[in-house]
Amino acid sequence: MLNQLTVSELAAKLARREVSAREITQSCLNQIARVDGKIHAFLSHDAGDALAQADAADKELSGGVKKPLLGIPIAVKDVLAVKNQPLNCGSKILGQFISPYDATAVEKLKAAGAIVFGRLNMDEFAMGSSTENSAFGTTKNPWDTARIPGGSSGGSAAAVAADECIASLGSDTGGSIRQPAALCGCVGLKPTYGRISRYGLVAFASSLDQIGPFTKDVRDAATLLGVLSGADPRDATSVPVPVPDYAAALDGNIKGLKLGLPREYMIGGLDPEVKAAVDAAVKQYEKLGAEVVEISLPHTDYAVATYYIIATAEASANLARFDGIRYGARIDGSDPIELYAKTRGAGFGPEVKRRIILGTYVLSSGYYDAYYLRAQKVRTLIRNDFLKEFETVDAIVTPTTPTAAFKIGEKSDDPLQMYLSDIFTISCNLAGICGVSVPCGFTRSPKLPIGLQLLGPPFGEARLLKLAQAYEQATGWHREKPPLTAGA
Amino acid sequence: MAAAEIDVKYVAHLARVALTPDEEKKLAAQLGGILGYIEKLRELDVTNVEPTAHAVPLVNVTRADELRPSLPHEEALRNAPRQANGLFIVPKIVE
Repeated sequence: MLNQLTVSELAAKLARREVSAREITQSCLNQIARVDGKIHAFLSHDAGDALAQADAADKELSGGVKKPLLGIPIAVKDVLAVKNQPLNCGSKILGQFISPYDATAVEKLKAAGAIVFGRLNMDEFAMGSSTENSAFGTTKNPWDTARIPGGSSGGSAAAVAADECIASLGSDTGGSIRQPAALCGCVGLKPTYGRISRYGLVAFASSLDQIGPFTKDVRDAATLLGVLSGADPRDATSVPVPVPDYAAALDGNIKGLKLGLPREYMIGGLDPEVKAAVDAAVKQYEKLGAEVVEISLPHTDYAVATYYIIATAEASANLARFDGIRYGARIDGSDPIELYAKTRGAGFGPEVKRRIILGTYVLSSGYYDAYYLRAQKVRTLIRNDFLKEFETVDAIVTPTTPTAAFKIGEKSDDPLQMYLSDIFTISCNLAGICGVSVPCGFTRSPKLPIGLQLLGPPFGEARLLKLAQAYEQATGWHREKPPLTAGA
Repeated sequence: MAAAEIDVKYVAHLARVALTPDEEKKLAAQLGGILGYIEKLRELDVTNVEPTAHAVPLVNVTRADELRPSLPHEEALRNAPRQANGLFIVPKIVE
């Protein structure tokens, strides 16, 4: 089945003219028709448009054109603007919004020849860890449809894990790429803050948000990162650091590289099967020639609290633009203030309201210093913990999540418990470093994927991916397919 | 600064979010729990620690002050809930 292959495998077949972009695209569309009713990864997709893009790619291919993603179908999270396609952010408040332009990341995918199609489900405005906060229904985990796929980019992870597309894009503010990748059993990369332009990404928390790829192996993540990276005059926070050839750095030789194991991550809530899988991964790294040392990130325990002040404060400001005036749904009022309040009260779901109100509170007069300013100072301490350790280690190894995928409804009534499920991924965003999750095993019964997280220094993606790929190639966990897909 | 002090109705007004009485009650309890958890940041001594607003220290990112193409007028209005004569229609603000 073509839809089960990786970007690099398909690119080789396309180059040899063994397959056409239309055949690949059709096999993805067939898979969507077969399984999406069970997992609901897609909010919508335009099959005719995808096939038209495929035909255009085939024409280029037969003309000898070479581009890194030519003819590869890639789907995107519903938080990225794709010209003339709907954009809802998993929310009702955007109504019938149609994007008037392409996000820079989307523009770069298209320029690289990708077939960009589909709107992938997510927690409303990327706020959540399960996709249960989507206004359009929950996405299900392809490994067990009674369970969540993770979030907020749950649709992006489930679609790749179920082979409905070859790769996808998501966004990560506190783990929203790495956590669902771990829970669905694919590779999820959160690049360094500033690595990829965020122009056309609907903002949640501007000092934390970053776009990144979901893929079936690490090589594909490297290829996509190379395509997506680079400074952009339309995003002042994108950083002008040169973009290396990430795929070329994957030489498998990790002898002498040093990995840090933070003692603070071996916490009580860590599931024994997850711990065993991570311990085995660490042993595998030693076998491959890496050196593993224990390190300390002393402010780990404060990361979740810091995050939920900073992220909600920034969200309360960013989401002020959804006011029913310039776009989206509107509920009329006798004056503008009543119009705003009614529109936002009806348009936002419970989690978004909770965060906007918490964010407004921590920024409000009399509380700013006690909450927001203090959180920004603790953020400095968290960042310094990482930078200090990166002076001696090449990467840090942790579980991506404390447990495998939980059941739908299990945590939806307890926001704090839901927030604590992000405990291992949040620090990376606060510190502005890069991180990747790769499959590292399964729980026994039910069989659910477990993710290994590798964290690297700012703009250290090349070495991070090299480490991830060496492990992946030595173990092969990434090749396992959920029964739902394999049975097709 | 006790968590129970949060006046949800007032903060929701500041945030321009209309809430039902039910939502107000539920949010007060949930936010109380979350703020209680957040209180743990008080354990740390942050004297002389500089705040981090952005993880990447870029400053004064500027571009040349040149005319560039922008979104066409009709495109910018395309998603407006109400519009007329090339303008967004809003309720009356001044009498």
